[in-house]
Amino acid sequence: MTLPAGTDAVRQSLASFRQEREADWKAFEALLARVEKRAPRALSEDELLSLPLLYRSALSSLSVARATSLDSALIAYLEALCLRGYFYLYGARRSLRTRVGDFFLRDWPAAIRDLWREVWVSVGLTVVGAIAGYWLVASDKHWYDAIIAPSLAGGRNPDSSAETLRSVLYGDGGGHFLSGFAAYLFTHNTQVSILAFALGFAFAVPSVLIILMNGCMLGAIFQIYAAKGLGFELGGWLSIHGTTELFAIAIAGAAGMRIGTSIAFPGELTRMAAAAQAGRVAATAMVGVAVMLLFAGLLEGIGRQTITGDVARYSIGGGMLTLWICYFYLFRMVRHGNG
Amino acid sequence: MATARNPAALVRPLVTPEGVDLRVKLADAGTRASGFLLDVVIIIVAAVVVSLVAIFGLGGLGVQEAEPLFIVWIIFIFLLRNVYFIAFEAGRRAATPGKRMVGILVASRSGAGLTLDQVIARNLMREIEVFLPLSILAARGGAGVADTLSTIFGLVWALLFSVFPLFNRDRLRIGDLLAGTWVVEAPKVALVEDLSLRKDRVAARFSAAQLDAYGIAELHKLEEVLRRDDYFAMKAVAETIGRKIGAKVEPVDSKAFLTAYYGELRAHLERKLLLGNRKADKYAR
Repeated sequence: MTLPAGTDAVRQSLASFRQEREADWKAFEALLARVEKRAPRALSEDELLSLPLLYRSALSSLSVARATSLDSALIAYLEALCLRGYFYLYGARRSLRTRVGDFFLRDWPAAIRDLWREVWVSVGLTVVGAIAGYWLVASDKHWYDAIIAPSLAGGRNPDSSAETLRSVLYGDGGGHFLSGFAAYLFTHNTQVSILAFALGFAFAVPSVLIILMNGCMLGAIFQIYAAKGLGFELGGWLSIHGTTELFAIAIAGAAGMRIGTSIAFPGELTRMAAAAQAGRVAATAMVGVAVMLLFAGLLEGIGRQTITGDVARYSIGGGMLTLWICYFYLFRMVRHGNG
Repeated sequence: MATARNPAALVRPLVTPEGVDLRVKLADAGTRASGFLLDVVIIIVAAVVVSLVAIFGLGGLGVQEAEPLFIVWIIFIFLLRNVYFIAFEAGRRAATPGKRMVGILVASRSGAGLTLDQVIARNLMREIEVFLPLSILAARGGAGVADTLSTIFGLVWALLFSVFPLFNRDRLRIGDLLAGTWVVEAPKVALVEDLSLRKDRVAARFSAAQLDAYGIAELHKLEEVLRRDDYFAMKAVAETIGRKIGAKVEPVDSKAFLTAYYGELRAHLERKLLLGNRKADKYAR
């Protein structure tokens, strides 16, 4: 029964390795548990400064343990601890305020500029859809029911009298549930936009169809009003919120097309990398779309029934459109000027 | 599934800027499904509670006064459906409550920090993966026009997307693919006692030949058995080891014997390790 020389010494030194460092690991674990629950503000300055030091000491312990220790429970503990520390420290968590600020000052307009080609295509498709819708309903009014779901038509159809149609444009319409209806429209439109975006991954085909359909509905409604000589008035009624809303839906479609086309034609990147890159630009644009739709909902809920002059309606709608275009495409010059 | 057969197939390298490979483990499909189901339960419970409050509010107030409540209700349901996942995953822990309960979180595939646009991209895709087919089904079912064909279509659609993670190596759903993210395990592991420090009454010493009988793989299995502390398992293992190294073990002593053997074997193998010989298993020299 001879014992290999030095076995006890190895046992001793590995036990002291753990004993010496255990306090640091525990301290790191406790700090992590605190910062994961509350904001880093809850820590004192010393604790905040010690966080990266403790993280590195835990990492070095892990390296030592992997190389010298065969205690798998200890290694598993250190791996989990280091991973938590890594995700916290390198998670690049900026404060909510800088994130929101960055989004409005830089990320959002940049994403829309990045999508400029798709936005043009999307706007073009809306126009094509509108012309097709107009032409279809003009040639046969039964197309109207096929294009616009009765629940959204709100009693407007080719057989309505000019008076009924006019009352929708200028009356106080939905009555008391007005703003409720606006909230409903907002969520409905956002859901349509999310679909136009999310379905884009099927090589952009569904996005194109959704945008065309949206244009068709626009053209169909326009036709029944134009046939009664109310085209100009309808334009005012629609444009007060419609410029914002249609632009937003066009951008959502553009975001979907970007994803679809980059999956189909990834260029120099791998298909996965191209998809991931497109997905991130498109997602930023989509948050912007939700913000725009919120604006459109507010304009619709507040402005449409209270502002009844055609000129005022056109100027608000045109103003909003100008505002968006300036913000998306010209804002960058201001930033360059500031350095 | 590769998952069931070989857990090592789900380990991916993650090298920190300090140069240490943290070897993240991807969450398997079952864990992710249970995390998602927990989230769905939370969402549904919240929606039902709020809707009940809203309904009683509408009943109590007149239609006039109830309108603000109605707006709040619409927006709340909308937020629940669309913002719940985004808000929690963009938060400090990068996980929804359901994910947190099963010990997983969302991480960027590049190893860099998870950004807001990634979280948004992966969660907007959930809309077509789950909510779209189910809401169409619900709407058609509600209107009484859900024929067999459309039901099957909706279910197949949802099923296709939900099994998508099983057909790629990294367990990505479509949303992960587009956002450049994956879901990894981040369990909270407690620091447990060092088994080789256990003092038991059998102060057995083993010869070099007896300690050479096993390698690291067997040592880790032995550690597992000792930590599980199951009498019959320990008895069986002690008998096997005793037979192999030619030692006589009484059944009542099996735990003490195994503890002593574990301590000696580990020290022996760790000594070899220090000298540059990682004896992977009993077949290695």
